[in-house]
Amino acid sequence: MEFLKQPWPWYVAGPLIGLVVPALLLLGNKTFGISSSLRHICAACLPANIAFFKYDWKKESWNLFFAAGIIIGGFIATQLLSGNQTVNINPQTTALLKQEGIKRFDGLLPQDIFSFDQLLTLRGFIFIVVGGFMVGFGIRYAGGCTSGHAIMGISSLQWPSLVATCCFMIGGFAMTWFILPYLISL
Amino acid sequence: MKNIKYLFIGLLFGLVLVKSQVVSWFRIQEMFRLQAFHMYGIIGSAIVVGMISILIIKKFNIKTIHGETVIIPTKKFNWGNVYGGLIFGLGWAITGACPGPLFAQIGSGFLVISVTLLSAIAGTWVYGLLRDKLPY
Repeated sequence: MEFLKQPWPWYVAGPLIGLVVPALLLLGNKTFGISSSLRHICAACLPANIAFFKYDWKKESWNLFFAAGIIIGGFIATQLLSGNQTVNINPQTTALLKQEGIKRFDGLLPQDIFSFDQLLTLRGFIFIVVGGFMVGFGIRYAGGCTSGHAIMGISSLQWPSLVATCCFMIGGFAMTWFILPYLISL
Repeated sequence: MKNIKYLFIGLLFGLVLVKSQVVSWFRIQEMFRLQAFHMYGIIGSAIVVGMISILIIKKFNIKTIHGETVIIPTKKFNWGNVYGGLIFGLGWAITGACPGPLFAQIGSGFLVISVTLLSAIAGTWVYGLLRDKLPY
């Protein structure tokens, strides 16, 4: 139990995540991916006569169960296995982030940015709302996210997924190195 | 009830995401600043294990629990993979989370991330609205 409460190393977590791929295939021919759940939610709640949301989302509802499971898993990890510890990141990263203006390093996310009282500040709005919008728009435009493209797509040797994954990384590097320092210091 | 098994797999996946700190904004920062191997190790080893699993399934023609042949749909390239990928990447470095971790963060008690999730759903919706006008 003590071992489970420590942060899990990459060589335990990565292979476990990789095993989700055959688990879903063998349980019912499902391809690993999360981002479709957002499309199903649109189709279920607000299809608004948009062709992209006119399909039988109930047939794909396994993906919503999968997403709900992730929420429960996050809850269990945090409540029973002390998941929300201070993250032991590279001291160089900490120093850089401090310099750019992050003050809180306890827990999984910097709570001086990600909290309800920051939501209506310019910085909070960009990190919480604008960032989320870009994630939701980008993944659907790209046809998948880190699980659907990077893990499932590359695992099944599909080159468009490799292209998409490279673009995820290029976008992330560009934001982190050139734009994010300004956003953090807002 | 046939979907309960996917809830269970999702639960295990969410547990791993949190315990390995993949859901941490700080870990994503470390990754994009090339200051740690952690995230690269996780994504890389997940791909290797996924790839070997698929090779085994194909080589031995392993069927699903319902006796069906495993089918993996082919992804066709379009420029959306590039444009959308770049937009997602830019957003990923801001939120520090892709869709899976968004769900896991909410479960971990960061309720403000439900706003991020709603915004991501709005982003998907706007994509659906503009889909025919976007370049591919």
